[in-house]
Amino acid sequence: MSAPTSAPRSLTGSFPAEAFAQHLTSLAGAPAWWLDRQRAAYETYAGLPMPRRTDESWRFSNVVGLSLDGFTANPAASPTALTSPFGTPHLAFLNNTVVNRNAVPAELVRQGVVVTTLVEAAAQHPELLRAHFMAQPQKLGSGKFAALHSAFVGAGAFVYVPRGVEVKEPILITHAAAGAGSAVFPHTLVVLEENARATVVDHFVSADDAAHFACGANDLYAGHGSQLTYIGAQDWSRTSRSFQFNSTVVRRDARVQSLNLHLGGRQARHESLSQLQAPGAFSEMLALTVADDTQEFDQRTLQIHQAPNTKSDLLYKNALRDQSKTIFSGLIVVDPDAQKTDAYQSNRNLMLSDDAEASSLPGLEIQANDVRCTHGATTSRIDPEQEFYLQARGISKAAADELLTFGFFEEVLNRLESDPLHDVLRTLIQSQFKK
Amino acid sequence: MSSLEIKNLHVSIGEKEIVKGFTLTINSGEVHAIMGPNGTGKSTLSKAIAGHPDYKITQGEVLVDGKSILELEADERARAGIFLAFQYPSEITGVSIANFLRAALQARLAEGEELDASAYYKRLYDKMDRLKIDRKFTSRAVNEGFSGGEKKRCEILQMAMLEPKFALMDETDSGLDIDALRIVAEGVNAMRGPNLGVLLITHYQRLLDYIVPDHVHVMYDGQIVKSGDKSLALELEAKGYDWVKKEFATASAR
Ligand SMILES: Nc1ncnc2c1ncn2[C@@H]1O[C@H](COP(=O)(O)OP(=O)(O)O)[C@@H](O)[C@H]1O
Ligand SMILES: [Mg+2]
Repeated sequence: MSAPTSAPRSLTGSFPAEAFAQHLTSLAGAPAWWLDRQRAAYETYAGLPMPRRTDESWRFSNVVGLSLDGFTANPAASPTALTSPFGTPHLAFLNNTVVNRNAVPAELVRQGVVVTTLVEAAAQHPELLRAHFMAQPQKLGSGKFAALHSAFVGAGAFVYVPRGVEVKEPILITHAAAGAGSAVFPHTLVVLEENARATVVDHFVSADDAAHFACGANDLYAGHGSQLTYIGAQDWSRTSRSFQFNSTVVRRDARVQSLNLHLGGRQARHESLSQLQAPGAFSEMLALTVADDTQEFDQRTLQIHQAPNTKSDLLYKNALRDQSKTIFSGLIVVDPDAQKTDAYQSNRNLMLSDDAEASSLPGLEIQANDVRCTHGATTSRIDPEQEFYLQARGISKAAADELLTFGFFEEVLNRLESDPLHDVLRTLIQSQFKK
Repeated sequence: MSSLEIKNLHVSIGEKEIVKGFTLTINSGEVHAIMGPNGTGKSTLSKAIAGHPDYKITQGEVLVDGKSILELEADERARAGIFLAFQYPSEITGVSIANFLRAALQARLAEGEELDASAYYKRLYDKMDRLKIDRKFTSRAVNEGFSGGEKKRCEILQMAMLEPKFALMDETDSGLDIDALRIVAEGVNAMRGPNLGVLLITHYQRLLDYIVPDHVHVMYDGQIVKSGDKSLALELEAKGYDWVKKEFATASAR
């Protein structure tokens, strides 16, 4: 195995060639194409500069706060009992190692449903994995970090639902990090075949208060007529830095609803790309953020309509407290032949503090003429009369803010069909107000 | 027995003085009606007592059982037993009546104590039935899309659930048709008794046929200019507010 290039340390930080080589040795069983993709990704990572303040896709972000130093590239994992408010995870990862597995019901296995690790999937379902794993473009500015993810990803989940099969109960994946400086590379790949239905939950959580570095991806592929609900709940420790890259591919008449909840991290960037590839495809992109203290949440989105009669509907709501900061930058792209596109994009910010700062950069790039595209952003302060009304009933200012935040979020939470999931998300959000 | 003492209260909004030396003591068990023309400071008085941050109290005292409440935040005053039934209740998007009232009751419990959910709903439904509020309203957002009458009934519902020592009811009758007025008045009358003192602000005598006050005060230009029993309301109805204004003008000219 040839050692990858020795790029300057300033470009690789805690992830030098030796660390990458060490990572590869842990993947001894992976197929050649996988290792080749990882080597190429590492070259890309090592060759790209760090984001600069002047980069359009990093506008308003605190690029100075980004650092590649001080992390442990291949942290050790010791068995830890991980609990999740979502229930018992089907797969739980800690520091890039599987620490817990719970089989899906035998009936689903018999129907061909697969919930396994990427490495096992590479052995058991090589064609599927090769077609979908690390297969989507990266378009939202974090080229360097996305490449870092692709280079180091090893442990991750593969969820596959065959044609016509409906999985009623949510499939739960927990991705955890533990220990100071631990770098984790969570990955969830979901493939739904024709008319399949499933709900998949990713829960990102720190096992301790230490600062972690999370650089994850979730790739969702919804085949013809399928329906996927995806929840990503990010609750890393408050000192952690996180990147998460989502790619959603929606095929003919398929529907994907994704809801990302952002709570943790000191600085967290989420990039989400939806590709509407065939007529009837629909992607509903939802996000809720509670930002407090000096947290920064950076959300970049892209809705690409590549075929006629496709629909996308984005609603991102941020509640900001203290000196927190949020950035939303969204773009709708309608390809020339994507007539009758119906695209919607909305970012709403609720300011619970005068010291918080929300930036919004909505955008459209339309090359077809018969389309309906709307986008907008609003930022509003909490209404003092509403606050007084609640206080006049004996509710403290803090509790009033929490209630008003839930009131603000309700529109998004109500889009979820599942009440139990709705309740867990509420609980997670509530815990944010108790910190 | 509790008392709410308002002593020589002066309230300003910005630079403008609105309430100019208002004095009144309400003991539990009593219903005091305050009548007065529009713009005379009735709502300002009630919001200032409830602790609205925009209303600056420049002089005077408000005491509950002898203890000043002016240093308290609005929520603390509410928990000390003050309830304001708003003239214009706020609409709170996305917050259901059930969750809202639950939070209000939870706020009155000790740290770590949890509200008994089934007892809560039982009580809530019982009060709603009495006020002829459809039980479906529990899941509706507070006041959002409510008619004027529904909003006012919802204020009374909150009052019934929170059981204050003193209720400041600001034009609870406005916007109500006669049936709604009866329901609201019955609701208030049912709560009347040795544990509740009421300050009933109204513009019209009509309400006082249903909630018969122990005392009637006429407020004009930020203060009480005349007090009496319920016959004063009738006299006012017959003679109109101009009568008060004229009397007040002569009184202050002397
Ligand atoms: N928020 C406010 N800002 C400025 N002026 C106000 C405000 N609220 C009330 N006022 C003024 O204070 C005076 C008294 O109003 P208010 O207390 O509502 O009277 P009432 O309830 O007796 O009709 C009016 O002149 C009104 O314009
Ligand atoms: Mg008024």
